[in-house]
Amino acid sequence: MDELPILSGDDVVRVRQRVRVVAAESGLSLVDQTKVVTAASELARNALVHGGGGLARVEVVRSGNGRSGVRIGFTDEGPGIPDLDLALTDGWTSGDGLGLGLSGARRLVDEFELTSKAGGGTSVVVVKWSR
Amino acid sequence: MERVPIIKIGRTLFVSIQIDLQDESVLRLQDDLADELAKTGASGVIIDITAVEIVDSFIGRMLTMIGSISRLFDAETVIVGMRPAVAITLTELGLSLRGVRTALNADKGLEMLNGRA
Repeated sequence: MDELPILSGDDVVRVRQRVRVVAAESGLSLVDQTKVVTAASELARNALVHGGGGLARVEVVRSGNGRSGVRIGFTDEGPGIPDLDLALTDGWTSGDGLGLGLSGARRLVDEFELTSKAGGGTSVVVVKWSR
Repeated sequence: MERVPIIKIGRTLFVSIQIDLQDESVLRLQDDLADELAKTGASGVIIDITAVEIVDSFIGRMLTMIGSISRLFDAETVIVGMRPAVAITLTELGLSLRGVRTALNADKGLEMLNGRA
């Protein structure tokens, strides 16, 4: 498993590049690679901008039925998300963005698990499987 | 942070993004393009994203904003060379790049700009 810090814009780019490599190794199609890299970009930026920096863990995973995929976990020790349902609504934004980062990232992956508590940081784990 | 160069040919500004875009580079490009538009009075901007592997919501929003800024300088922006996987992902993400025009390649983009009265 690769652990990558997310402390700058350059780190967000490095996370994208690493996810691209691991997604290709996992046998994802070009479109699926692009989707998971885009989702990773959104989530890495969230960790940086809203979480004050964080960590990404990138790994290859295998399902019971033999499919391979890429799993990425993002953690930060930021202020957390008080209302998860609201944060996952299209168009809802805490800042001046479009409000598509979190909800869009969820649409681009196969599994999406978000845990957060006010004051206790945020963790997002996503998985994209090969077809 | 890497900068994206802007090349003026005739009345058009050409931008070819060849780097892995980080947010600061996109913001810088927006500033640089506004400066160039004001300085040169260019009537069109072509942004070639052939080499761009992903467009996420931030980059997408910035492209839309570049289109809006250009319009304030009476210039039209055309995004060219979007990869099929990027187009599919952008649509699923929920981004429509409203307000900017797109063309298959730089040739078609230039035709689009030249067809403007």
